[in-house]
Amino acid sequence: MSQGVITVSYIAATILFILALGGLSNQETARRGNLYGMIGMAIAIIATVSAPGVSSYLEIVVAMGIGGIIGYILAVKVDMTQMPELVAILHSLVGMAAVLVGYANFMDPTISFPTSVEKIIHEIEIYIGVLIGAVTFSGSIIAFGKLSGKIGGSPMLLPARHWLNLGLLLAAIWFGREFVHAAETGGGMQPLIIMTVIALIFGIHMVMAIGGADMPVVVSMLNSYSGWAASATGFMLSNDLLIVTGALVGSSGAILSYIMCRAMNRNFVAVIAGGFGTEGGSSSPTSTEDQGEVISVDTDEVAELLSEAKEIMIIPGYGMAVAQAQHTVNEITRTLKEKKINVRFGIHPVAGRMPGHMNVLLAEAKVPYDIVYEMDEINDDFPKIDVSIIIGANDIVNPSAQEDPNSPIAGMPVLECWKGKTTIVLKRSMATGYAGVQNPLFFKENTRMYFGDAKDSLDAVLKLLNS
Amino acid sequence: MKIGIPKEVYAGEKRVATTPEVVGRLQKLGFTVAIESSAGLSAKFSDDAYRDAGAEIIADTKSLWSDSDIILKVRAPGPHPELGCDEVDLLNDKHTLISFIWPAQNEELLSRLATTKATVLAMDSVPRISRAQKMDALSSMANIGGYRAVVEAAQHFGRFFTGQITAAGKIPPAKVLVIGAGVAGLAAIGAAKSMGAIVRAFDTRPEVQEQVESMDAEFLLLDFEEDGSGSGGYAKTMSAEFIEAEMALFAEQAKEVDIIITTALIPGKPAPELITEAMVESMQDGSVIVDLAAEQGGNCKLTEKNEVVLKHGVSIIGYTDLPSRLATQASQLYSTNLRHLLTDMCPEKNGEIVVNMEDEAVRGATVINKGEITWPPPAPTLTAAPKAKEETLPEVIEEPKASLIPAPVKQFLPLVIAGLALYGLGSVAPASFMAHFTVFVLACFVGYMVIWNVTASLHTPLMSVTNAISSIIVIGALIQISAALPIIKILAGIGILITSINITGGFAVTQRMLRMFQK
Repeated sequence: MSQGVITVSYIAATILFILALGGLSNQETARRGNLYGMIGMAIAIIATVSAPGVSSYLEIVVAMGIGGIIGYILAVKVDMTQMPELVAILHSLVGMAAVLVGYANFMDPTISFPTSVEKIIHEIEIYIGVLIGAVTFSGSIIAFGKLSGKIGGSPMLLPARHWLNLGLLLAAIWFGREFVHAAETGGGMQPLIIMTVIALIFGIHMVMAIGGADMPVVVSMLNSYSGWAASATGFMLSNDLLIVTGALVGSSGAILSYIMCRAMNRNFVAVIAGGFGTEGGSSSPTSTEDQGEVISVDTDEVAELLSEAKEIMIIPGYGMAVAQAQHTVNEITRTLKEKKINVRFGIHPVAGRMPGHMNVLLAEAKVPYDIVYEMDEINDDFPKIDVSIIIGANDIVNPSAQEDPNSPIAGMPVLECWKGKTTIVLKRSMATGYAGVQNPLFFKENTRMYFGDAKDSLDAVLKLLNS
Repeated sequence: MKIGIPKEVYAGEKRVATTPEVVGRLQKLGFTVAIESSAGLSAKFSDDAYRDAGAEIIADTKSLWSDSDIILKVRAPGPHPELGCDEVDLLNDKHTLISFIWPAQNEELLSRLATTKATVLAMDSVPRISRAQKMDALSSMANIGGYRAVVEAAQHFGRFFTGQITAAGKIPPAKVLVIGAGVAGLAAIGAAKSMGAIVRAFDTRPEVQEQVESMDAEFLLLDFEEDGSGSGGYAKTMSAEFIEAEMALFAEQAKEVDIIITTALIPGKPAPELITEAMVESMQDGSVIVDLAAEQGGNCKLTEKNEVVLKHGVSIIGYTDLPSRLATQASQLYSTNLRHLLTDMCPEKNGEIVVNMEDEAVRGATVINKGEITWPPPAPTLTAAPKAKEETLPEVIEEPKASLIPAPVKQFLPLVIAGLALYGLGSVAPASFMAHFTVFVLACFVGYMVIWNVTASLHTPLMSVTNAISSIIVIGALIQISAALPIIKILAGIGILITSINITGGFAVTQRMLRMFQK
């Protein structure tokens, strides 16, 4: 295949990738978009392997075959509640691939440059590609460990962690200089390896310092990094397809991180720096204040409240995923809808452990997507809601975000369920949420606490509703 | 300890202090429960229902009193028509009596109760603090009273509440004025509103305006500044000028409205007279006044306690037993209030009660502790009424930080720096790099435009699909694998393998997720 045809194929692949992302603007076009993505990928791979100079077909087929089978099995077997883990581990693979391609490119003796400036730029590109790739790799591995529970979810805060980060960054820059110097005389492997180790440590340290509920930001940030790694690799190989695709993915991840941060009213830098509420400010002692008593209810009362309501809003959180209660929630929704009760879902952008996590879980449980609403779409409707059910969520329905200017979560947009007539909160205990802030919602007059495991409790409610 | 529930002896009283459902709950707290036979009949609870719930049925009134340690009642103790003695005489020092007492109005009863050396808790004296809301029997009874007031009004009002336009002509909706928007007033507003009437409400406490308006009723405002909020969520007596303005408002409203429901009470004082004879005269024939303050003398001049009278063509209802007229539910709510109080007094759940005078709710309710009169209690520290607005206003007014750099410069500074950096790069970089760089920057913008259009519910599929396409890195490995050096071959081979995992895995899982999204 001539170079011209390959370039045209790459342009086609680029357009198909853009269409793939554009298709996700709504559910109807999303599946077609995904198909475009697959076609684009196929075109790009076929065009590349049919280029002159590619001869190792056997190796390619074997490697792609094995990888493809593993990937397919992973995709089919994964539980929807484990999606964040899968996405994290896949990110790590992109990061690792960027590292491998960078090393292979550096070792390739056949590449030559007309000018020394181009050579230096090429080396910087290799260096940056490997750097981002290594950070993505180790960061994603830690994110995977945290999301799957293999590593504790609480943030690990080393005493001088900001200085440590700064030191690592300076070291990476210094070794970069060394690398470029050494590469001019044909060496450079040593600084490259040292930098890779530094980048790996940096990735581990960065994600270790971030707590469980900040994971949506981290996962989307790593998504962004994997894109920038691909882009850097594209610069290194002078390949526009890689540059464009990487830039698309990189900006996608960056926008998602931004959306997540905005939904928590937190600064991106503050999230990445780790910890919660550590950035000063006088946090008021709301948790110690006597907030009054909670009113707890039993299954009968919950079932009664639900069957007498006309408008119900269900607000799921990470607790629903943990308890695997989404199928029961769907059953309850269907039962209530048969009774002509309008049931809707309100989803906070940071509910769950990755962007859109709740939507996928509800979709898996066959909850129709047209009754699932975003926070901004339904927040004004709460005064008309008879019963809101909070399943395993806490901070995203905390009124102190609006009422208490000293609260650590002040200013975070929240679902204003307390403006409805009654709120039922399903919770295992009175423990505080991720932010460690007591939730005044539980003590409101129109709030009813329904203690117990979300799935067991909802199963009992469903049984009563059906009888 | 044994709880005894005697039959109410007050004439016309249909409520009972405990329902079969609550019997079960009380047993869970460790109490044994005995009930006088046919005590629940008028509230539609049969003896069998109590027996099934596990209560002992005792026919003899005297043995019920003497066997029990805790007596639950609705009405304050009074003369027993069948035994020919007073219920107070059945009490002794081992007893704890919980019922309505009204100690402010019944000082004589209080001193007689004290001589029995019993402990007496008055449900009407439970303080109005948020923690004690679940045992606030006054509110639960007032709620029922307010609802029933509308039903009684409808009974005596010879017209529709709701307006209609029919082929036979137009029927105007009834106009209802509710004076006093406390628990009873709000319940009356809700009931009248749901029957289709036009509802107006008046209250001296401005903070209830929001509550009234949330029920879709009109809040009548006086052109007069005075806050009538007293402690404990009740109103206080207003100044003479205020009352004058208020009366003028009522006089005007009386000419217009068809039904007036008055609920104005000030604790420990006779009810204020708000509806004068002249106002009644000015009302249209067939109008109705329901006076929920009849017990305390009435808000209307012409009210007669426990009677319905027709004066100047207006029916004036002075029933004082409205909650008792909805006996089943009144009993249910009252007994639940009692149960909550007992739950608080029995922290060990061992069937023993403790009169803990440190507990604000129990302290407030206890009017006699082992023969010693402990009424009135010290003023409650918290009120159920919302705090005055001034208190909640945050006093922190942060000084805007004086910045060394003016705002417009700050806004454009990053852009200027970025621009300079790009020029710096452009001045040294070779043309081939700049071509790629152009593509990169444009792609970032395309990505920005496309991603903002992605619906939030598809963010997870977005991540998995971007994951799959970022594996386009495979192209680098595909080119390198044909290299001569074995180490490069191996690195590239591993690269192809792992990116292939990503490509198939990413696309397949995206497809799987998207298939799940169904209408």
